Amino acid sequence: MAANGEALTTQGYIQHHLTNASVGEGFWTWHVDTLAWSVLLGLVFILSFRSVAKKATVGVPGKFQCVVEMIVEFVAGSVRDTFHGKNPLIAPLSLTIFMWVLLMNFMDLIPVDFLPSFAQFIGGQLGYDPHHVYMKVVPTTDLNTTLALALGVFALMIYYSIKIKGLGGFLKELYAHPFNTPWLYWFNFILETIALIAKPMSLALRLFGNLYAGELIFILIAGLIGIWQLPAHFIWAAFHLLVIPLQAFIFMMLSIVYLSLAHEDH
Amino acid sequence: MNINATLLGELIAFIFFVWFTMKYVWPPLNGAIEDRQKKIADGLEASEQAEKDLELAKKEAAVKLKEAKEQAAAIIEQAKKREAQIIDEAADKARAENDKILAQGQADLEAERNRARAELRQQVAVLAVAGAEKILARSIDAKAHADILDQLVEEL
Repeated sequence: MAANGEALTTQGYIQHHLTNASVGEGFWTWHVDTLAWSVLLGLVFILSFRSVAKKATVGVPGKFQCVVEMIVEFVAGSVRDTFHGKNPLIAPLSLTIFMWVLLMNFMDLIPVDFLPSFAQFIGGQLGYDPHHVYMKVVPTTDLNTTLALALGVFALMIYYSIKIKGLGGFLKELYAHPFNTPWLYWFNFILETIALIAKPMSLALRLFGNLYAGELIFILIAGLIGIWQLPAHFIWAAFHLLVIPLQAFIFMMLSIVYLSLAHEDH
Repeated sequence: MNINATLLGELIAFIFFVWFTMKYVWPPLNGAIEDRQKKIADGLEASEQAEKDLELAKKEAAVKLKEAKEQAAAIIEQAKKREAQIIDEAADKARAENDKILAQGQADLEAERNRARAELRQQVAVLAVAGAEKILARSIDAKAHADILDQLVEEL
């Protein structure tokens, strides 16, 4: 597919697909492809929803408005069922997470070589070495994206925990639970801190892991099994079609659950 | 995996998207949905109310119809009674008139007969006197014997 005649053809092909187009050095490296695709998809989300919201009628809705309203209703229902409290941020946050993650995940279904090859072609035309033009089109296979989402949710968890329960209440949850005896406070603290940190970590790693694995299998199918990749692609895509919305839903649902816990005063 | 500045970029994008959704996307959409739900609920309620009203009106109409039928029947009954009464009255009146006319006729007849009889008596008396005059040839004074003649007349 990509390079030919080399000993590391397959390995090189896979490596090439798993490398981000980046600018900068060290920490200040920017994954341009991840940023561009995620922002583009986020804009697709907010602008399409905004266009519906602007002319949303109470009367008989149009078809697109119906679709958008179905999603909004679905998210609103999930929030209503899980989050008991009054916070105008939770529902829009959930909608954003769901739609954005869903759109980013759906990039996985675009055949793995389409956009990278196109980028290589453009890069070649602009005078770059095509072998060093990288393009990773699924932003959720970049840990930076999923971690950014998870940290956003985590920051809100901490913020609302302190806001609702006070700093003392928040700290008390960390050390006075599950063993409410002073000589075990140190143990509680270790346990609860790990549990707290595990929440955003599991959020980020679950989404990243699922999508990264899915993408990797697409790449392996494309790189390893020749003509048999056609049915294999189809089967894996059909299976992945379930994973994509499921992961978006799980991310949204867990965010709601975590924020709901942050709002609960014991 | 390499964590780098992309994280910050994604975080900023995330915050922006959430803010935008919260400010410009969610409220109008959710508002429209809730308003429509309210509208539908109101409509359903109104239709239920209308159904109830219809049921009530139907019942009322049935009651009114029954009443009207009863009234009509009563009126017809009354009219029949009145009819019979009028016929009876007319028959009575006719009979009374008939009787009256009959009685009148009989009375007239009686009077006529009496008068005729009285006249006949008078004429018989005159004839008797004339006959007697002729027979007695002036021997009897009509005036002198008037009391006898009168008595005769009475006896006739």
